[in-house]
Amino acid sequence: MADEMTVHEAHGAEAVHRHEPPKSFIRKYIFSLDHKVIGVQYLTLALVAVFVGMVLSILMRMSLTWPDMDWPIIGTIKPDQYLSFLTIHGTMMVFFVLTTAPQGGFGNYFLPIQIGAEDMAFPVLNMLSFWVTLVGFVFLVASFFVYEGAPIGGWTAYPPLSAIPSAGPGQGAGMNLWIISIAIFCVGSLLGALNFITTLINMRARGMSLMRMPLTCWAWFTTAVLALLAFPVLLAAGVLLYLDRNAGTSFFVPAGLFIKDIVQPHSGGSPILWQHLFWFFGHPEVYIAILPGMGATSHILSTFARKPVFGYRAMVFAIFAIGLLGFFVWGHHMFISGMSPYSAMAFSILTLSIGVPSAVKTFNWLGTLWGAKIRFTTPMLFALGFVSLFVAGGITGLVLGQTGLDLPMHDTYFVLGHFHLVMGVAAIFGMFAGIYFWFPKMFGRMMSERLGRIHFWITFIGVYSIFIPMHIMGIVGMPRRYSRFAENGQQIYGFLESLHPLVLFVTVAAVITFFIQFLFLFNLLWSLFKGKKAGNNPWEATTLEWDTTSPPPHDNFAGVHPVVYRGAYEFAVPGAPNDYIMQTEPDPAGGSSSSEVTSGNGHDGHKH
Amino acid sequence: MGRALGVVIWLLTLASVVLFFSGWWFPTAIVEHAPGIDRQFMITIIVVGIAFVAAQVGLGYAVWRFGAGRNRDERAVYTHGNNRLEMLWTVITAVIFIGLAVMGQRVWAQLHFNQAPAGSFPVEVVAQQFAWNMHYAGPDGKFGRTDPSLIRDEEQNYIGLDGRDPASRDDLTTTTLVVPVNRPVELILRSKDVTHSFWVPQLRFKQDLVPGMAIRVHFTPTSAGNFQLACAELCGMNHFSMKGTLLVLPEAEHGALMALPKAEFQGKLNELAAKYEVGVIYDANGTKLGKSY
Amino acid sequence: MVTTVTSTERVKQKTRVGVGGTPPGRNGRNGKGPGGGGDGGKKRDGAQRFSPKPYRVTLWILIAAIFMMFAAMIAAYVNLSQGEKWPPLKTPRLLWLSTGLILASSLTFEAARRSLKAGSDKGYVRWLLPTLLFGLGFLASQVFAWRELVAQGVYLATNNHSSFFYLLTGAHAVHLVVGILALVYLLLRTRRRRAETNAELRRRAAAGVVSVYWHFMDGLWLLLFLLLFVWK
Repeated sequence: MADEMTVHEAHGAEAVHRHEPPKSFIRKYIFSLDHKVIGVQYLTLALVAVFVGMVLSILMRMSLTWPDMDWPIIGTIKPDQYLSFLTIHGTMMVFFVLTTAPQGGFGNYFLPIQIGAEDMAFPVLNMLSFWVTLVGFVFLVASFFVYEGAPIGGWTAYPPLSAIPSAGPGQGAGMNLWIISIAIFCVGSLLGALNFITTLINMRARGMSLMRMPLTCWAWFTTAVLALLAFPVLLAAGVLLYLDRNAGTSFFVPAGLFIKDIVQPHSGGSPILWQHLFWFFGHPEVYIAILPGMGATSHILSTFARKPVFGYRAMVFAIFAIGLLGFFVWGHHMFISGMSPYSAMAFSILTLSIGVPSAVKTFNWLGTLWGAKIRFTTPMLFALGFVSLFVAGGITGLVLGQTGLDLPMHDTYFVLGHFHLVMGVAAIFGMFAGIYFWFPKMFGRMMSERLGRIHFWITFIGVYSIFIPMHIMGIVGMPRRYSRFAENGQQIYGFLESLHPLVLFVTVAAVITFFIQFLFLFNLLWSLFKGKKAGNNPWEATTLEWDTTSPPPHDNFAGVHPVVYRGAYEFAVPGAPNDYIMQTEPDPAGGSSSSEVTSGNGHDGHKH
Repeated sequence: MGRALGVVIWLLTLASVVLFFSGWWFPTAIVEHAPGIDRQFMITIIVVGIAFVAAQVGLGYAVWRFGAGRNRDERAVYTHGNNRLEMLWTVITAVIFIGLAVMGQRVWAQLHFNQAPAGSFPVEVVAQQFAWNMHYAGPDGKFGRTDPSLIRDEEQNYIGLDGRDPASRDDLTTTTLVVPVNRPVELILRSKDVTHSFWVPQLRFKQDLVPGMAIRVHFTPTSAGNFQLACAELCGMNHFSMKGTLLVLPEAEHGALMALPKAEFQGKLNELAAKYEVGVIYDANGTKLGKSY
Repeated sequence: MVTTVTSTERVKQKTRVGVGGTPPGRNGRNGKGPGGGGDGGKKRDGAQRFSPKPYRVTLWILIAAIFMMFAAMIAAYVNLSQGEKWPPLKTPRLLWLSTGLILASSLTFEAARRSLKAGSDKGYVRWLLPTLLFGLGFLASQVFAWRELVAQGVYLATNNHSSFFYLLTGAHAVHLVVGILALVYLLLRTRRRRAETNAELRRRAAAGVVSVYWHFMDGLWLLLFLLLFVWK
C-alpha cells in the first residue's frame, strides 16, 4: 500500500485538504451528505419496498389459487382488494425497487468511487433526492389507509378508469395519493439524474478516460440520461391526470361517459393520449431498470472469469443503442389501443431492432466466459443467472413486438411472464449480484458464501418455475389483472380450466421462492455484525473501489487522488505478476508514458 | 460448482422446452385470418426457441468447461474481443430480428389496413362496466341514434337508443354477439364508460374499446359455435367477470333469427345458444366437429 | 486514437465543454482521449480552485429536463387540438405586455452579466434590479391576464384550450418564480464581501448560470405564447 501511495504522489496526485467527516449521529446516518450513506439509505428503502411488493404478490397468488379461502388475519381477498394489491405491487416494484436500488443505491455508492471522485458533484442535492423519494414512498403506502383504499387501475393507471373517481373503489382518495406519490418520485429521480450526469462528466480522476471507465459507470450514466428525459414526461402526465380528476379538465376524458348513473361532465379528452405520455416514459423506464444490472453483470462476470470484458467498445455502443432506441418504441404497448395501425407497424419494427443491441450484449457476455477461469462465488452465480434469465425473458420480446402476434398475446400471462423475467427477475439478480459483490466493500465484512449459494440455487430454480409456465398460460389465453378465475366454485372461462395444475405449481414455487429470501435477509443482517472481516480487495478485482479500505473513508481515498493508468478489465495479462492489474497500477516504465507504450485503438490500448 | 450450474441451466432449458410441447396451446381458431397468425407464431417460436436453447446451452457449456479449478496459477485467455465477430453476429441478429418484424406485419396489414368488405354483417358493440351490449341494425341496415343521456337501465335501454329515431325501430340489443358463419362481420367498438377490450381467443384478435371512439374491426368466422368473450383491458372491480358470448350460427339459422320480431328475438337466441355447446366447434351446417380446447 | 495524459489535452477539454458548448447527455464522450478532465475543482497548488463546469453542466441538463416536461404538455396540446374544435380564446392584451416585460428582462440580465464580467460591480447591481422588477412585473401581468379571463367566464375547465392556457402559463410562472428567487439570491450575494479567493469567479459563474436559466424561461414563454395564441 505504501508503495502505491508514493507512486501516486510521484505521478502528481496531490494530497487534498480533507473535509472533516460529520460527527453527530444525525449528520452521519440520517441527514448525511455522504454519497455512500445515501446509497445505503436508498438500498434500505428498496429492501423494505421489495418485501412489501413480494408480500403483495404472494397474497395475489394465494387469492388466485384458492379464491374463496378465508385466510387468518386478512380474511377473504375480495376482487377490489386484489386489484389494489396488484396496483401497489407494480408501482412499488417498478419505482421504489427497480429505479432506486440499482441507480440510487449502487450507483450513488460506487459511481464516485469508481471514477476516483470524493463524492457526487452536489452532495446536498443528493441528500435531497433520497428524502424526496422517501416521501414519495410514504404517500404510496398511505394510499392503503384512506377511504376505499388503494387504487385499482394497475401501475399504468389508464384513464378514464383513473380519471373518474367514481369509476371504482380506491379511485378516489387512493388514486390522488398515488399520483402525488409518483409526482414526488419524479422530482426525486430528476435530482438524482442531475448529480449522476454532472459527476461523471466533470469529476473523473486523472487518467480515467471515458473508455477506461468500468461498464457499471457507462450504465449508470446512460440510465441517468434516460431518467432525466423520461421522468418529466410522467410528471406532466400526472399533473394532467390530477387536474382531470380534481379540477374538471378533460385532457384524457371524452364526452358522454356514463358512470354511476351520471353522464360525466367532461368533454374533448383522449384516453389514448395518456397511454402515449405514460409509455413514452414507461418504456425508457424499463431500460432504466435493467441497464445498471447489465453493467453490474458485465463487471462481475469479467472479475470472476478473470478475463477482460469481451468487446468493451461494443458493450458501450450497445448501452447507448438500447438507451437511444428505448425512446422510440413506446407504441408497442399500444398496438391494439386504437392507435393508428400504421404507427403500430413502425413501432413494431423499431421494437425488434432494439433486440439487436441486447443480443450483442448477450454474445459478449458469453464471449467473456469463453476461455475464462471462472471462480464461482455467489456474486458470480447471480451474474450468470442474470444472463440466463435475461435471455429467457428478452427472447419473448420477439413475439410480443410483432403487431400480428400481439393480437392474441396482449394483456395475457404471456406478457406477465416476459416482463417479470426481465424486470422482476433478471434485474433483481443484477441487484443480488451487486449486493454480494459490494457488501464487503460497503461494510467491511464478507457475507456467508454457503448461505449465498443456497439462496442462489433455490431462487434461480424458483423464478424459472414461476415465470416460464406463465408463457403457456398466456398462450392458452389467461388474461392479466383478473382477480379470480372462478366464481362460486365454477370456472368462469372454460378455456382456462385446464390450467389449474400450472396455476397451483406457480403459486407453490412463488411461496418457496418468497420464503428463501428471508435466508438472504438473515445473511445480510448477520454478516453486518458477524461476517468475516474483509480486506481491501477480497475478490482481486481491478477497479478503483478495491484500491481503498473496506469500507472506504469519508472522502473515499484518504486524501489521495487516484491516478488511472489502464482500463477496467485487465485480467490475465500475459507477463503480469498477478492475473489482474488494478487500474491504479502504473506500468513499470512509469508515468504518462505508460499509455504511449500502448497502441491507439481506442481501448486502453491493447492490441489484439 | 460450474458443472452443477451447467447441468441445472440445461435441465431448466429442457424443462421449459418440454413444457411447450405438453399439450397446452391456443384454442383452435375459427377465423379466416387465423392460419396466418398461427403460422407466424410458430415461425417466431421456433426462432425464439432456437435462440433460447442455443444461448442457454452455450452458457451452460461455458460454465461447465471454463471453471478455474484448483490450480489458481492458470490464467484465462487474454483478449479484449474480436471486431469481426462483433460485426458478424450483429448483422446476422439484425437480419433475423428485422426479418421477423417485417414478416409479422402481414397479418396485421390484412386485418387493419383495409375496410370491411361490402356486405359485411355489422354489429355495434358497446362495452360497459361490466357487461357487453350488442346492438344490431335490424332489417333496415341502419343503426339507430344513441345518446348517453338516454340510457335507462330500468327500461333495459343500456346503450341509450333514441326511440324517436326511425332507424332505431327495428334495432335489437342483447348481450350475445350472434353472427353468421362464412360471412365477413364488421364490429363497431364503443364504450360507455372506461376502456375495455374485446377478446375471443378463438378469433385470434383483440381490440380495445375506447370511450369517445368508434373503432372498426372485421373478421370472417369459418366455423360455428358458442364461444366465450372476455374483457382484456382492466376496467374496474369486476373486470374478471365481464363474460360475454359469441354465437356463430349457420347462415340460415342466423338469417331466420335476425328476421324475428323483437319480442321473440331473445327467446329464440337463448334457445340457439343452449343448442351449441360452449367451446365446441361446429361446421357451417351445424355438425359438431370437436372441442376448441 | 492515441491515449496520452497531457495537459494540453485537458485544456482542449475545457474549452470544448464551455458555456452552451457540447450538450451533455448522449454525447457523453466529450472528446477523444483521456477525460481525466474531471478534477472536481480541487487542485494544483493545494488551494481550492473553483470550476464553474459542474454548475453549467447541471444547468443545461436541468433545462433539458424542464423542456421535456413542457414538451410533453405541448405534445398533449397538439394531440388534443386535432380532435374537438375549441372556440378560440381572445388573446388577452396583457399578454403582449408580459411578452415585452420578459424580453426586456432578458436584455437587462445580459447587460448585468456583462457588467460583472467587465469588472463593474455597480453596473451589475444596476442592471440586476430592473431585471428583477421586470420579472415581478411579468408575474403580475400574468395574474392580471388570468383575472381578465376569469372575468370573461373562462376558467381552467371551460374547454381544452383554456385548460392548456392556464396549465402552461401556470407551470411557466412556477418555474419563473424559481428564477426570481435565484435573482434575489444573486442580489443578496453582491452585498456580502466574502474574503474568499474564488468569490469573483463564483459570482460570475452564478450570474452566468442563472442568466441562462432566465433566458430559457424567456424563450419558453415565447414558444408558449406562439403556440397558444398564434398557432392556436
